[in-house]
Amino acid sequence: MTGKYFGQPIKRLEDKHLLSGRAKFIDDIEIPGMLHAAFLRSDYAHAIIKKIDVSEARKHPGVVAVYTAEDFGDYWKPGPLQVPPPTAIKGSQFNARTLVPIAKGKVRFSGEPVAIVIAESRYIAEDALEDIIFDAEPLPAVIDLEKAWEDTSVKVHDDLPSNLAALVKQEAGNYEEAKKQADVVVSRKLYADRVAGAAMENRGFVVNWDERNQEMVVWATTQAPLPLRIAIAGKMNLIENQVRVITPFIGGGFGPKIMTSQADDVLLPWISMKLNKPIKWLEDRRENFLATTSERDQVHYCEIALKKDGTILGFKDVFYHNTGAYDPYGMTVPLNTQTHTVSNYRIPNFYTEIRMVFTNEMVVTPVRGAGRPEGVFVMERMMDAAAKELKMDPAEIRMKNLLKPEEFPLKTGIIGQDFVEGVLDSGDYKGNLVKLLEMVEYEKFRKEIQPQARKEGKHLGIGVVAFTEGTAVGPYEGARVTIGNNGKVSVATGISTQGQGHFTVFAQIVAEQLNVKVEDVKVITGDTNHFHWGAGTFASRGATIAGTAIHNASVLVRQKIFATASKFLGVPEDQVELCEGSVCVKGKPEISISLGELAGKANPMRGAVEADVKPGLEATAYFAPPHGATGSGACAIIVDVDPETLKIKIDRLVLVHDCGTVINPLLLEGQIQGAISMGIGNAFYEKIVYDENGQLLTASFMDYLMPQATDMPNKMEIGHLHTSSPLNPLGMKGVGEAGAIPTPPAFVQAVEDALIEYNLDIADSNLNPSMIFEYMHRSKK
Amino acid sequence: MTKLFPVSINVNGQVYERQVEARLLLSDFLRHELGLMGTHVGCEHGICGACTVLFDGEAVRSCLIFSVQASGHEIRTVESLGTPENLHPLQEAFSEKHALQCGFCTPGFLMTLVPFLEQNPHPTDDEVREAIDGNICRCTGYEKIIEAAQEASKKMSSR
Repeated sequence: MTGKYFGQPIKRLEDKHLLSGRAKFIDDIEIPGMLHAAFLRSDYAHAIIKKIDVSEARKHPGVVAVYTAEDFGDYWKPGPLQVPPPTAIKGSQFNARTLVPIAKGKVRFSGEPVAIVIAESRYIAEDALEDIIFDAEPLPAVIDLEKAWEDTSVKVHDDLPSNLAALVKQEAGNYEEAKKQADVVVSRKLYADRVAGAAMENRGFVVNWDERNQEMVVWATTQAPLPLRIAIAGKMNLIENQVRVITPFIGGGFGPKIMTSQADDVLLPWISMKLNKPIKWLEDRRENFLATTSERDQVHYCEIALKKDGTILGFKDVFYHNTGAYDPYGMTVPLNTQTHTVSNYRIPNFYTEIRMVFTNEMVVTPVRGAGRPEGVFVMERMMDAAAKELKMDPAEIRMKNLLKPEEFPLKTGIIGQDFVEGVLDSGDYKGNLVKLLEMVEYEKFRKEIQPQARKEGKHLGIGVVAFTEGTAVGPYEGARVTIGNNGKVSVATGISTQGQGHFTVFAQIVAEQLNVKVEDVKVITGDTNHFHWGAGTFASRGATIAGTAIHNASVLVRQKIFATASKFLGVPEDQVELCEGSVCVKGKPEISISLGELAGKANPMRGAVEADVKPGLEATAYFAPPHGATGSGACAIIVDVDPETLKIKIDRLVLVHDCGTVINPLLLEGQIQGAISMGIGNAFYEKIVYDENGQLLTASFMDYLMPQATDMPNKMEIGHLHTSSPLNPLGMKGVGEAGAIPTPPAFVQAVEDALIEYNLDIADSNLNPSMIFEYMHRSKK
Repeated sequence: MTKLFPVSINVNGQVYERQVEARLLLSDFLRHELGLMGTHVGCEHGICGACTVLFDGEAVRSCLIFSVQASGHEIRTVESLGTPENLHPLQEAFSEKHALQCGFCTPGFLMTLVPFLEQNPHPTDDEVREAIDGNICRCTGYEKIIEAAQEASKKMSSR
């Protein structure tokens, strides 16, 4: 559906302030008398704390206070479980060991905070960190996931019998029975490597306890302002409306900014109240790598059972998932892996088992993709392995098994992160692949381009994969739409914004319903005083869930406009129509009332009104889907590999995508392109690496390589299909994570294809030249 | 008492005289001494390029320069380009082509591209790609930034 505003490639309303350097980010917040915080972090990954001597630091000129865990008294407690495990999965085990705000007695990962300094400037606070004597006795670090699972392993949490954080077995159909019917069974061990969210702006937190007003104002770079408010109020024994959380412009989210129980979230409100002073903390890049969260890091044992003709009978996946030292985010990530492993294909029998383990590493929570890339990676790698075994073309075996549009809605039998059984709502998965093969000229590549290149000694390879993206999950979001007396419209919602373009797409939704100019709609996100219900920005649910709530509220305001205008214009409602910014009588445009004037009339200051009338042209609405909507797509990558240097050039990258109804095609393209670059980064540049002692070897942009402009293909070719989701009135599905999901398996398949004479069998999702060299070397042997 | 040094720095055409610590980074000087918050700090180790400013006309990383080193020199920040009401053609092109999302890295890209486009009014896509290779953007995948630079080169040469 495309309207006057909805569906149009409208330039963003937020751009002017961002481009001219006038937008306010967290570090731009200055309050008179503000103090600055810095954390001392443990270099050891696993150690018993012997002594922390802060006496010299306390004497440092300009230092106001220094705290260790003991100084917080009873306030020190492990944080809340941000995401509980779904109770619906029978027989599942989950051991909650939530984040502690600051290490007490024992350190469980390198980078864990052990002391905090409050000083007049950040420079002084960091100077004083040098004065602290931290004495600890190192313990062996738990790093290897499979070894960590063994009962004989050193334990991360001494009060647990093992490092088991969760054990979840789910089965749809009966895999072992299916295996008996199979002509071939292919098995592989696969690795999904770990990556950082690496938003360009690190995290930040400013808090000001106002003793006179008994109010705490918090500015934070959070993806979840309302959960953060609930968390702070709970810890500080305040009622929620004594805490105001405001998100300024945020320099990217990508998942890790969803946390509400990190050291800063918990300790700084207490310190601000204690000192009665505003305090600012800004994370630096090293801290972001060491101690904010990151994701992926799974080891999979997979088996696929097929008929000779390539029909899949069953799939089995037992995987180890690293949750790091604590598991505050429950099982969201590995549950997403379970739901996304088989979601594209018709797989009647599926057994999947999560073995989630504690390690002495930073905590794992979602990063763009959030378990989905791992599931899609293992499924697509197994399709490649099966195709090789059956001597089938990789595109052909996929086409044969992809679900058909008439099979939806399809219950998957697997319970996901939204606590309900997965339902694939709609889509045309085969259509995605058909369109992809046309766009990338697959036949021509196989029959002409690749053979010709090989004759010339070039190593060109292609990878073709399919994927889904579970999006738009519950529980709910809400919004309030209000017409002002100046005729402009304000919209407030509870989610926050990290660059997605909400200020524009939400305005488009409202403008379409109320026939006002897009630039006359002011969108407010992430200020708990403006709207105080909501869960946050994650799982591609901003435009879909908050957007639908905004649509619903706009529809109600539109109804109220018609009812009110009918009264004041003295004509029946069906004789009233919306002109731009005003309401007029059909066929008599000279009889009209501006929206601003009507808003004033809807809010009389004297006289009597009808008993059930609510003042103003305003409405609040909510939206809660029964389950998530599933976007889908297919991706092809053509690489040109130099087998000597293993420099890889991406000649072409084509991605076909279906996210249902599109609000703004310009911004949609931006979302897809950005996620593709993250996928390329994951596939060939980025990798979080710990050594056997739990030391992070990639704690800067020198060692953790981000994809740069010259690493990208000349053009990302993007194709679209539109199958509407039946789950919301606008037919939308989310898109934020899509591009990051299929890129690594497509890249790996393409590299194998380019180096076909080496007969590689690549098991890793994140490659680099030396890894490929090793694969080639091993293969030659 | 920490020793302070006098500096005199021309920022966006105005001379500022301050007493600063020798170790004060230029980025912190601009942001916290002068309140010019458009220069963003992304990594503080000279890789991401978000803090790029012009130093006597050349793009440099303000997180790798001490403010005392800038004394007697001319600095230009993103605030010198355009205002929300009157954007620079490069800023206009960024908006038209959707070359920014979160906008945090954007001032660094703008300050890298301004001198580049002045010196190369009609660059190829590959030349733009090379020019911005030292600036990291996590949101856009760079393609639209390259389109915006090309659009800006048209706008700037037609003025």
